[in-house]
Amino acid sequence: MTVLEVSRYRPGIDAEPVFQRYEVPDNDDWAVLDGLNYVKDSVDGTLSFRWSCRMGICGSCGMTVNGEPRLTCGTFLADYDGVVRVEPLHGFPVIRDLVVDIEPFLEKLSSVSPWLIRSGEDPASEFAQTPAQLEAYKQYSMCINCMLCYSACPVYVLDPDFLGPAAIALAQRYNLDSRDEGDRFDVLSTDEGVWGCTFVGECTSACPKHVDPAEAIQRYKLTAAVRSVLPWVRL
Amino acid sequence: MTYYTPPVDRLWWTRRRSYFVFVLREFTSVGVAWSALLLVYAAKGNEIPVWLVPINLIALAACVFHAITFLSLAPKATVVRLDGWRVPDYMIVGGNYGLWLFASLVLAWVVL
Amino acid sequence: MTTKAKRRTPEPYLWLLFSGGGVIAALVLPVLVLIFGVLAPLGIGDPAFPSWTRWILLIVVFLCLAHAAHRIRFTLAETLRLPHRLLAPVAYGLALAGTVVAVIALV
Ligand code: SF4
Ligand code: FES
Repeated sequence: MTVLEVSRYRPGIDAEPVFQRYEVPDNDDWAVLDGLNYVKDSVDGTLSFRWSCRMGICGSCGMTVNGEPRLTCGTFLADYDGVVRVEPLHGFPVIRDLVVDIEPFLEKLSSVSPWLIRSGEDPASEFAQTPAQLEAYKQYSMCINCMLCYSACPVYVLDPDFLGPAAIALAQRYNLDSRDEGDRFDVLSTDEGVWGCTFVGECTSACPKHVDPAEAIQRYKLTAAVRSVLPWVRL
Repeated sequence: MTYYTPPVDRLWWTRRRSYFVFVLREFTSVGVAWSALLLVYAAKGNEIPVWLVPINLIALAACVFHAITFLSLAPKATVVRLDGWRVPDYMIVGGNYGLWLFASLVLAWVVL
Repeated sequence: MTTKAKRRTPEPYLWLLFSGGGVIAALVLPVLVLIFGVLAPLGIGDPAFPSWTRWILLIVVFLCLAHAAHRIRFTLAETLRLPHRLLAPVAYGLALAGTVVAVIALV
């Protein structure tokens, strides 16, 4: 048996979250998410949490497992000794149990205009890209919006207005795309944008998709700084 | 709906080893400032008293820690692509350390 | 999200000073502190700055102090939760004061 210690918060009933313990059977191939689903299906149907794909693609199952932000579908119970503590992602308002509010995050994502910005006429044919041009931004396109990087980032947790790792990496995904003609300087080169970052680097450690958001941010700092001094230069 | 907003944890930087190392890394700058002023004092022709040596050793450790971390994190901001091929970080870091060694030798030669 | 009005921020310039100072500090401080601050007081070697290095040294000192001011400002904001409005003038002000003292001392 493995003991899961799960954070419960029932709005209107609990003033603050409380921990509840559940016993789940030992299974070598069970992820934390499988344990939670076992609880929900066989022990306590009132437990609430988000999940969908069970394979690290949808980004909805992020939680704090023994203090670390993790995708619960890719974090295995067998890798832990003793009680496994499951809490909602740190740094976000809790809606219920393990479910956090993702609205502000979604607003941040859309604030960087995450699409190909083009001027002029619609093209008659598709935009061709060389493998090298694809390589220039591909890493930043792997993000699954799981928010683990936000949870790991002390700057974000202290100041929820900070634009944050994934949104800046997403902006860079388009900035570095050869087809994009947009300019995201006014959103990114702000106190709540890249200049809020002090390069703790924990976003990169937490990211399950090797996006390296810390790198995306430092690169844009250099871009924005050079542009601030030499406005006609585009890195 | 009443969402639960957890209180801000003032001691966040003690909660994880990596956060603590981060704060240590940032406070190397105190050693950097001390060292800069120390060099001004020395350049004026003053003798640096022996009792300052322990403090200077701490400042030296801070400067070395700063140099290692700063030079090894620099390639994050300066991604170099040659013809689509990304120069690997370890080459840039290696180049930075090489430059550090070279600068140290030149400086030692100049002041000694 | 409402589009924010374009705001001027001094941060890019401060960051350039911080970064430049960080590189310079990394390259020159360890060896110089070792030679001047540790070995010389212990009687090992008799180092001196040749007079032609004075101006270079002043630039180095300015950049190192600007670097330190920036880092200390952000770290105090994040650990002690002091406001940037208070920290920034004090930190950069002290860096400037230190540079002025250095100029007076060496010129
Ligand atoms: S950058 Fe990584 S950690 Fe952050 S949301 Fe995207 S996939 Fe998740
Ligand atoms: S359930 Fe989709 S990422 Fe975990």
